[in-house]
Amino acid sequence: MGSALSSDTTATYLRPTVARAAKILITGHFAVGKTTFVRTLSEIEPLQTEEVMTRAGALVDDLTWVAGKTTTTVAIDFGRRTLSDSLVLYLFGTPGQDRFTHLWDGIARGSLGALVLADTRRLADSFSVVERLEAMGLPYAVAINRFDNSPRYSGQELRHALDLLPETPLVACDARDRASSAHAVIALVDHLLHHQPREHV
Amino acid sequence: MNPAPADGTRTDWNTGRALVRPHVVTGGRGTPSRNTLDHITLITAAREDLTDLGPEQCRLMRVCLGGWLSVAEVAANLRLPTSVTKVLLADLVDSGHITATAPAAPAGIPGEQLLKDVLDGLRALL
Repeated sequence: MGSALSSDTTATYLRPTVARAAKILITGHFAVGKTTFVRTLSEIEPLQTEEVMTRAGALVDDLTWVAGKTTTTVAIDFGRRTLSDSLVLYLFGTPGQDRFTHLWDGIARGSLGALVLADTRRLADSFSVVERLEAMGLPYAVAINRFDNSPRYSGQELRHALDLLPETPLVACDARDRASSAHAVIALVDHLLHHQPREHV
Repeated sequence: MNPAPADGTRTDWNTGRALVRPHVVTGGRGTPSRNTLDHITLITAAREDLTDLGPEQCRLMRVCLGGWLSVAEVAANLRLPTSVTKVLLADLVDSGHITATAPAAPAGIPGEQLLKDVLDGLRALL
């Protein structure tokens, strides 16, 4: 664990050639496998950031709560994967529950998009997650995290249940498996590249 | 797990967190002096001279002296909320102690080249 002494720093530094960073949110309802997914793709032991919110749920980004408002901190798991000599990808496992709504404004800033993990045993719990992303205008893909005892539905049934647009990617994945998890993120980024309006550079 | 820091900062033995409220760490200020830092802004130390810096700034600088990290990683390493870390960092960028990269997607809309590079990198993992 980290301490204040530099000699004990546990930081794993980036390659000195890395000059660009990208961020993708891994979201979904409680216990859907976000942390497992982040851990599977991360090259470092996942870390936690603390985000400060008021008890009412408002994100406190500017610390104006020093006036004495009651606050709470939310721990966000994140990991990283170096994708080339110059590029690193950060994955933030972001809680999808409604009470974390205000957390999203800060976390989503600058992110490419979101991958929504869903569990077919608790599909209804994913509705509010998808609704929030649509309200925010943050592009997303859906990955069904397959658990051994979870019911299987056709893609059509799942699309209908989640009310997905035809172009929104829907894939199955196993959050414990690296290739499977990478495929799910690829489906998202491919979607961002081909179906999202963006500025040409 | 939670050794006493040499700088005299008191640490909660249960959580490893400093026993001071965050605004004490930031000198009572709540907002960063610049708004260009986010979770994945990459930073490193630009100077090795730590004179005139406070204990929290020194802790931060010691982490950053080792190489490049994202703001989120520095915050996690220091066990400080991201918002507090950004206030500390902004001052150190202003004073020339810290170098920060520009965001990869400045307009908030990722460029085609960035998306292609992310895609290539992910495919290389398969």
